[in-house]
Amino acid sequence: MQTAIGTDHLDFSVPEPRNALTSKLGSDTTTSWLRDMMLIREFEVRTMQAYQDRKIGGFCHVYIGQEAVAVGTIAALEKKDPLVTAYRDHGHALARGMDPKYCMAEMYGRIGGCAKGKGGSMHMFDRINNLYGGHGIVGAQTPLGAGLAFGTKYIDEVIEKGRSNRVTLCFLGDGALNQGAFHEALNLAGLLELPVIYIVENNGYSMGTAIHRGTTMADSICEKARGYGIRACEIDGMDVLNVYDAMKPLVDEVRETGRPAFVDMRTYRFKGHSMSDPRKYRPREEEEVYESGDPIAKLRDTLMSQGAIDDAGFKALGKEIRLEVRDAMKWAEASPAPTPEEELYRDVYVEAWGPYTGTTEPQMIKECEGTHGQDG
Amino acid sequence: MTRTIEYRDALNEAMSEEMRRDERVFLLGEEVAEYDGAYKVSRGMLQEFGPKRVVDTPISESGFSGMAIGAAMLGLRPIVEFMSWSFSLVAADPILNNAPKMLYMSGGQFGCPIVIRGNDGAGGQLGSTHSWCVEGLYANVPGMKMVIPAFPADAKGLLKSAIRDDDPVFFLESERLLAYKDEVPEEEYLIPIGKALVRRPGTDCTLVSFGRPVHFCLEAAEELAREGISCEVIDGRTIRPLDIDTIVQSVKKTNYCVVVDQSWPFASPGAEIAAQVHAACFDDLDNAVGRVHSADVPTPYASELEQEYLPNARRICEAVRATTYNA
Ligand SMILES: Cc1ncc(C[n+]2csc(CCOP(=O)(O)OP(=O)(O)O)c2C)c(N)n1
Ligand SMILES: [Mg+2]
Repeated sequence: MQTAIGTDHLDFSVPEPRNALTSKLGSDTTTSWLRDMMLIREFEVRTMQAYQDRKIGGFCHVYIGQEAVAVGTIAALEKKDPLVTAYRDHGHALARGMDPKYCMAEMYGRIGGCAKGKGGSMHMFDRINNLYGGHGIVGAQTPLGAGLAFGTKYIDEVIEKGRSNRVTLCFLGDGALNQGAFHEALNLAGLLELPVIYIVENNGYSMGTAIHRGTTMADSICEKARGYGIRACEIDGMDVLNVYDAMKPLVDEVRETGRPAFVDMRTYRFKGHSMSDPRKYRPREEEEVYESGDPIAKLRDTLMSQGAIDDAGFKALGKEIRLEVRDAMKWAEASPAPTPEEELYRDVYVEAWGPYTGTTEPQMIKECEGTHGQDG
Repeated sequence: MTRTIEYRDALNEAMSEEMRRDERVFLLGEEVAEYDGAYKVSRGMLQEFGPKRVVDTPISESGFSGMAIGAAMLGLRPIVEFMSWSFSLVAADPILNNAPKMLYMSGGQFGCPIVIRGNDGAGGQLGSTHSWCVEGLYANVPGMKMVIPAFPADAKGLLKSAIRDDDPVFFLESERLLAYKDEVPEEEYLIPIGKALVRRPGTDCTLVSFGRPVHFCLEAAEELAREGISCEVIDGRTIRPLDIDTIVQSVKKTNYCVVVDQSWPFASPGAEIAAQVHAACFDDLDNAVGRVHSADVPTPYASELEQEYLPNARRICEAVRATTYNA
C-alpha cells in the first residue's frame, strides 16, 4: 500500500455551479475573505517562529494551507451559530472574530490569553464569538457538537417556544473518522434530527497516516455519514469562493429543516502535523502540486482579474496584516504570566470552596463586553 | 410533615420538581422515557414532561454524555442517567476530560452544570463488569463534585442541590437502595452538597462511610453496642467536597476511627480520608485509622463470595474491635 495520498486528493467532481452566490456578493466581502485568510497565514507563520523561539510551548498545530475552509464556512454562518473544533484551531478562532492578540497571548501562556493561559494552542475558547473550543482529544468535539445543536434546538423550541433556527458547525480531522465518539455522535445527530454540520477537514493525513491507511472507503467518506441517514457532500476546500458557494445553501437548508449534514472538505496542510514533523511520509513533489493551488493566491488572482484589487492594494494589505500580527505579538509579550496565587486554583469550580477561589472572566470577555456595552 | 417513600421515588420527585421549576433542566439516558426507566426511577416523567425533556437515547454512553456536556456549555442543565456507573467507563473521555475541565480550560468562560447519575457499586450478583464503585476511580479528578446518598431524604435533597449546582456533579446511587423506604419531608427542602451527617451518635469509635455501606455501619454499630462498644456513625453524603470537619470533630471525641468504603483499598477515598484523619487528629488518635473496603479482587458472582467481598457488618465489627483493642 502506498504511504502518501498522491496528487489527486482534490480531483473529484463538484456538482454545484461555481461562483453562483459569491458573484453577487460584491468585492468588499470577498476582499475581506482575502484579508481573513492572509491574517491566518501571517499569524501562523509568526506562530511557527515564536515556537522556534520557545515563546510557545506544548503541542502546536498550524493551519497553513487550510485557510479557505475556516474562512469560507464561517462566512456562511450567522454570528449566533455555535462552532466547535479540534486542536488545529487558530484559524477558526481568528475567522470567528477573535482578536489575534488574545489568541497569541493564549499560546504565550499569558493572562491576556483567551483562556488566561490555561488552555494553550489546542484549546481556544471565545464565548462572545460562540467558539466552544478547541479540543485536544481526537474526536472528542463531535459529541459536543451534537450537544450544542441539541441545546440550540432545546432552547429555541422548549424555552423560547419557537422553531429551531441555529446551526452548529463541528469541525474534525480525517483522523477523527476512526474514533468511536464520531460514530456515536453521527448516529445521535441523525436519530435526534440535530441541526449540526460535521465538516471533515480532510487534509489527507492524520499525523503520518495517509487517509487510506486509516479508514475504509477513503475516497468516499461521505458514505459513512449516509450510513447514519445524514446527507453528505464533497467540497473543494482550497477555494474559498467555492467553499462559500457550497456551504451557504447547505447552512440555509440545515437551518430550515433542522436536519444534520456532513461535508468531506478536501484540503491539504502545507506544513507538518505539528512543529516537530519532518514529513518523511509524503514526497516533496506531492506537496508542490498542492502548494500550486494555494487558496490565498487563488483568491488574489481572481480579485485581481475582476479589478477588485491591484498589486499595490495587495501589497498594502499584506503590510497592514504584518503590522497587526506584529502588534498582537507585542501585546502577548507584554501581557504578564498568570500568577499561581491568583489563577492556579481559579476556574476549577464556579463556587469557591476549600482551596478553590471561584471563577473570573478573561480580559478578552471583559474588553469585548465593554465595547458591546458602549455600542449600545 | 413526612411520609414514607422509596429511594427511587425520592429521586423521581427531585428531578420532577426541578424540571417544573426550571425549563433548562431535562433528563436523558437509556430507557428513561418509554420504558419508564430501567430501574423505574423516571416513572411517569415522560407523561408529564414529554419527549423533548425526557429523552430516550441509544446505547451510546460516550455519545450522549458528550452531547449533554455540549448542551450544558450552552447553559442548559442536563441530567444524564447511566443505568449503571459501570457503563460510564466507555464514556470516560467526555465525563472526565470535558465536563470537569471545561471551566478551567476556557479560562472561566464555559461552565458545565450537568448532573450525571446512576447505580454505583455491587447490585446483586452482577459480576465484575457491572459492579463498579466509580468513586475510587473518579474522585481523583478536580472540577467535579461527587455525591453519594444513603437514605431517601438525602437522595432527594441532594439531587435537587446537584441540579441547581453550577458545577458538574457525579451522583452515585445504589441499585440495592432503590427500594429502600424511609421518611421524606412533604414540603420542599434542599440538602447542601459537602455536609456530612452524624447518623448515630456514639462515644468509643467513629465510623465514617458513604452510600450503601452506611447501612452496613449502622448494622455493625448495633451489634457492637451489644458488646459495649459505642460507635458514632458518620454518613459522609458527599465525597467531593469532603466534610472533613465533621469527621475530625467526632474523632477528637472518640479517639478511634474506622473508615468504611466500598471501593477497592488502593488509592481510594477511604485511603484519602484515613490520611486526612491521621494528619488532623495525630495527637487525638489512640490507634491508627482502621479501614474496611471491598476485597481487592474483581467482584465475584457467587453469592457467598460477593457477600464476603463487600465491606459487610461482620468485617466492620472485626475492624472496630481490632482498632479499639487498646481502649
Ligand atoms: C484520542 C487521541 N488519540 C491520539 C491523539 C494524538 N493525535 C493528535 S492529532 C493526531 C492526528 C489527527 O489527525 P486528523 O484528525 O486528520 O487532523 P489534522 O491533524 O489533519 O488536522 C493524533 C493521532 C489525540 N490527540 N487524541
Ligand atoms: Mg488530517
